[in-house]
Amino acid sequence: MKLYCLSGHPTLPCNVLKFKSTTIMLDCGLDMTSTLNFLPLPLVQSPRLSKLPGLVLKDGSTFLDKELKECSGHVFVDSVPEFCLPETELLDLSTVDVILISNYHCMMALPYITEYTGFTGTVYATEPTVQIGRLLMEELVNSIERVPKAQSASTWKNKEVQRLLPAPLKDAVEVSMWRKCYTMPEVNAALSKIQLVGYSQKIELFGAVQVTPLSSGYALGSSNWIIQSHYEKVSYVSGSSLLTTHPQPMDQASLKNSDVLILTGLTQIPTANPDGMVGEFCSNLAMTVRNGGNVLVPCYPSGVIYDLLECLYQYIDSAGLSNVPFYFISPVANSSLEFSQIFAEWLCHNKQTKVYLPEPPFPHAELIQTNKLKHYPSIHGDFSNDFKQPCVIFTGHPSLRFGDVVHFMELWGKSSLNTVIFTEPDFSYLDALAPYQPLAMKCVYCPIDTRLNFIQVSKLLKEVQPLHVVCPEQYTQPPPSQSHRTDLMIDCQPPPMSYRRAEVLTLPYKRRYEKIEIMPELADSLVPLEIKPGISLATVSAMLHTKDNKHVLQLPPKPPQPPTSKKRKRVSDDVPECKPLKPLLSGSIPVDQFVQTLEKHGFSDVKVEDTAKGHIVLLQEAETLIQIEEDSTHIICDNDEPLRVKLRDLVLKFLQKF
Amino acid sequence: MPEIKVTPLGAGQDVGRSCILVSIAGKNVMLDCGMHMGYNDDRRFPDFSYITQNGRLTDFLDCVIISFVSNGEKKVLLFCGVLSLPYFSEMVGYDGPIYMTHPTKAICPILLEDYRKITVDKKGETNFFTSQMIKDCMKKVVAVHLHQTVQVDEELEIKAYYAGHVLGAAMFQIKVGCESVVYTGDYNMTPDRHLGAAWIDKCRPDLLITESTYATTIRDSKRCRERDFLKKVHETVERGGKVLIPVFALGRAQELCILLETFWERMNLKAPIYFSTGLTEKANHYYKLFITWTNQKIRKTFVQRNMFEFKHIKAFDRAFADNPGPMVVFATPGMLHAGQSLQIFRKWAGNEKNMVIMPGYCVQGTVGHKILSGQRKLEMEGRQILEVKMQVEYMSFSAHADAKGIMQLIRQAEPRNVLLVHGEAKKMEFLKQKIEQEFHVNCYMPANGETTTIFTNPSIPVDISLGLLKRETAIGLLPDAKKPKLMHGTLIMKDNSFRLVSPEQALKELGLAEHQLRFTCRVHIQDPRKEHETVLRVYNHLKGVLKDYSVQHLPDGSITVESILIQATAHSEDQGTKVLLVSWTYQDEELGSYLTSLLKKGLPQSSS
Repeated sequence: MKLYCLSGHPTLPCNVLKFKSTTIMLDCGLDMTSTLNFLPLPLVQSPRLSKLPGLVLKDGSTFLDKELKECSGHVFVDSVPEFCLPETELLDLSTVDVILISNYHCMMALPYITEYTGFTGTVYATEPTVQIGRLLMEELVNSIERVPKAQSASTWKNKEVQRLLPAPLKDAVEVSMWRKCYTMPEVNAALSKIQLVGYSQKIELFGAVQVTPLSSGYALGSSNWIIQSHYEKVSYVSGSSLLTTHPQPMDQASLKNSDVLILTGLTQIPTANPDGMVGEFCSNLAMTVRNGGNVLVPCYPSGVIYDLLECLYQYIDSAGLSNVPFYFISPVANSSLEFSQIFAEWLCHNKQTKVYLPEPPFPHAELIQTNKLKHYPSIHGDFSNDFKQPCVIFTGHPSLRFGDVVHFMELWGKSSLNTVIFTEPDFSYLDALAPYQPLAMKCVYCPIDTRLNFIQVSKLLKEVQPLHVVCPEQYTQPPPSQSHRTDLMIDCQPPPMSYRRAEVLTLPYKRRYEKIEIMPELADSLVPLEIKPGISLATVSAMLHTKDNKHVLQLPPKPPQPPTSKKRKRVSDDVPECKPLKPLLSGSIPVDQFVQTLEKHGFSDVKVEDTAKGHIVLLQEAETLIQIEEDSTHIICDNDEPLRVKLRDLVLKFLQKF
Repeated sequence: MPEIKVTPLGAGQDVGRSCILVSIAGKNVMLDCGMHMGYNDDRRFPDFSYITQNGRLTDFLDCVIISFVSNGEKKVLLFCGVLSLPYFSEMVGYDGPIYMTHPTKAICPILLEDYRKITVDKKGETNFFTSQMIKDCMKKVVAVHLHQTVQVDEELEIKAYYAGHVLGAAMFQIKVGCESVVYTGDYNMTPDRHLGAAWIDKCRPDLLITESTYATTIRDSKRCRERDFLKKVHETVERGGKVLIPVFALGRAQELCILLETFWERMNLKAPIYFSTGLTEKANHYYKLFITWTNQKIRKTFVQRNMFEFKHIKAFDRAFADNPGPMVVFATPGMLHAGQSLQIFRKWAGNEKNMVIMPGYCVQGTVGHKILSGQRKLEMEGRQILEVKMQVEYMSFSAHADAKGIMQLIRQAEPRNVLLVHGEAKKMEFLKQKIEQEFHVNCYMPANGETTTIFTNPSIPVDISLGLLKRETAIGLLPDAKKPKLMHGTLIMKDNSFRLVSPEQALKELGLAEHQLRFTCRVHIQDPRKEHETVLRVYNHLKGVLKDYSVQHLPDGSITVESILIQATAHSEDQGTKVLLVSWTYQDEELGSYLTSLLKKGLPQSSS
């Protein structure tokens, strides 16, 4: 069993597990933090951005000034933003049989894998994961494609050139692997390879392995996966939550008795309490609006936004915000709000109960009905007519590099009345803000990450007791910025095996058994013998059939008819066809009884001699010698087959066969 | 021999009161819990006393599975998958788990409450379940996802498949070890305007229990029926008549609404369409929220347009029935036996311009059944005679599998046995023959209370040690891995666990030592040559004869054939005779015996 680690990002994993002749990719997350090195893509020409000075290197050379721009001491690539792909060279990805997706954030690299590597397998994911994943991809493609950029910078990627650049560009890894965004046809092709699955559905892979998605409690349709054969169990835990938000709670019990537990997707902000953050979010929002300012919330179009809207639904009246418009701007805003209402089966118990009434599970339906929340595909069109300030705007992308959020950063950045509130934990907010500096608007950081923290992890591991834990190396040491916090790492026994990008781990496990089926006819023919109290044995000689990795034992074909006496001679000429199978023998031969038996069968001249280890029985006339010891019997005789066979059968009478 | 026992408590050679008891590998499962409406006493419920004469139901039953909830065309007041459930769980007493899909769980209590109201509040019956009982009963319900494998206990697992019949309808696979039963409930193999087609994988159950309502029917194409329907409605409305369509809240109602809505839109018609309020309106809500259970097309387009938000169809008010001019009204219930549909029917029956379209099966005794069988003078309550002048049309939109669909499902699932329920005996007989002919499987059709026993012959799963399996696959004579091979092992049976290991391992595990039995035979050969030359001749001879075996000439002058050792010595008295000592263990018995007889015949003269 081997694990190929293709991504170094702990919350956007991409691993490949080789297990019992199947090759299974676990998630294909796309590391988008690379886009922070690029200039934002403004929808409307931004004079500020276009006037940024080109980079002048220390030695005064300016050959990069078209590609790299400086803004408040930071250097940015002026080009279409690019993403850092999972490793594609570590193993031949066309050999991947299946891809298991755990949640919609962890499938963003899917088109790169399915469309560019010769992949011919199947992708498994739940219905909400696919639908919302599609929305995320649509939004991504849309927000990049609608701002066509003529320039595609590549000179800076040259290793010799990169060395000369200031940090963080100097240290950016694998820049040659960075790729532009995929297109909608590629997204559609990739999604068409997905097969929908439900929680606790058992999916057979080639008869060798069974995979099962389990609720992980983190997002709509998010799953952990069990990968098991009859005797080995690997749990893949990725992005799980024990908090009660909108999704169905995490299924912990099914993770028990794992040989190996692969743990990824823990919280990125282990020190922040999501509940506290939501409170801070609300109060900052209210304060800004009351002072006449606007609030900008950079966010993904699905996920935490549902919870935020639900909080605001309860909060706005009491906070006196009933007249403040809330806008949700995204090409998929409408779809996301609609889809959230139709996945009753994937929701927490309370929301399910509402559907049974029947009422929409999320209160944003009411916010929309009462016109408190309005959604638009983009800032063009209807929005520009309806737009009223002060207001609250939810829009993407959280990296602040593309999407409608860029427009509002430029529009509102100069006024200290306005506030941008960061809730998504995927990007460092200071890095995200860097190309907008200097900035007058207030910045509030309320990261809401409901995924497992280290206290919950240690509780979980104690409960499910895996034999081995495998995790990204980041989880085996305290965060670099808080190196004294030894509580912010995984602590378990035996210590976890850690991996980093481009590493191959050999997972510890020893398989000793396999399942085989005994056909009823064969079972009927078996003769069990009780050897010890409660233990019976039966010798089995049978035909082994193996098909589709399933083994079946059947009755052996009937032996050919015993030859008639006439033909016997010819038969003995034939070389035995296949190796005959004789059972093992066990037991010992009591010499006295054996001699008696011999005499009963007509051997009159039996003589017994004692030796150091046993006895020698002599049949003088037949010139035959039988050495009997505790664990062996040796018959030495002339070539007299009838005699030998007779002696053999007499000896066998005293022994047990296995 | 292991067996599966099936006893219908209702729906055996009968339509209605679906309730089937299945015993499989020591587990007892009750499938559906319907009600017969031909009776007003306890006979309307399945005969639960059959399950266990005395003692608690909970101890006997491992679980109850509800395949669907429907007051579909032929069902309300006759039969419904769940109508007896509160009676069963609260009044007869059952505390175990009850499984159903999410939409079924959502709709079930509303339907039960609705039904309770009709029976108790309107008809004034007593000895019926109460609202509280419905609530308590629903607490025992566990909702299942499609394709989710639910582990009822260590051995018993169930799995739901999409059945298409109504929203949330499911077929269930019940499995214990290698033995399994599939129960279809009501299903539909052709997708319609709002639901998809039933689907099951090739799960090869020991037994498939299928409904057979339309056992002998092969219905004409759906499109024709739809065109026919629209034409009739359109003509009536054109000439200023009123159209009454009695429906049940869930199922066909939604399909026909979608049909009319699109037709009105296309033809730009103005006549109002009404939908009787209450349950039906709510039902449309359920369709909106459970849109993932509808067909592909509706699911794909729902963000732009939710098909269950109708533009032309409005809520009905009792007063509208007297409005002049044409209109179309969907009213419940579907068999014209009570409620709003019957009230409207009474008002409109006297006018020949009007039309009533019955979109489904009607049960004997109902007004619907009477008018469909041609009766035009109906005796109503109070000896009043109602003369029916309006046109009466029957149009089957009932979502049951027809004969073709049933055969198709059998082809999909490949069962070893088939059992028919929920149909009329005569029709079942016909279908039974057809199934036996085409699939060569046994087909059963037990009556109520009659037990069918099916013998299964499951193979026995055993743990085989990897060492033994690998050894057997490695030493195959042919490299072809797919060819069956003879293998030898020892089965250890201990506390219900079965393990197949190599004989060596079995001995070791039991702490026994192997006893080696060895034979050494002296074979005399006439050969005047020197010993090593004799050995060489023997070697060449054996090499020539035993082509498939490994024959080796060792440096110490001995020969091995596989693990059999041959040594040559000169005869102590006769130098012209050589003695060959052939030595083998019992495990090589056959080959050893063969070698001695081969050598005894001497060496071929030619070789030297």
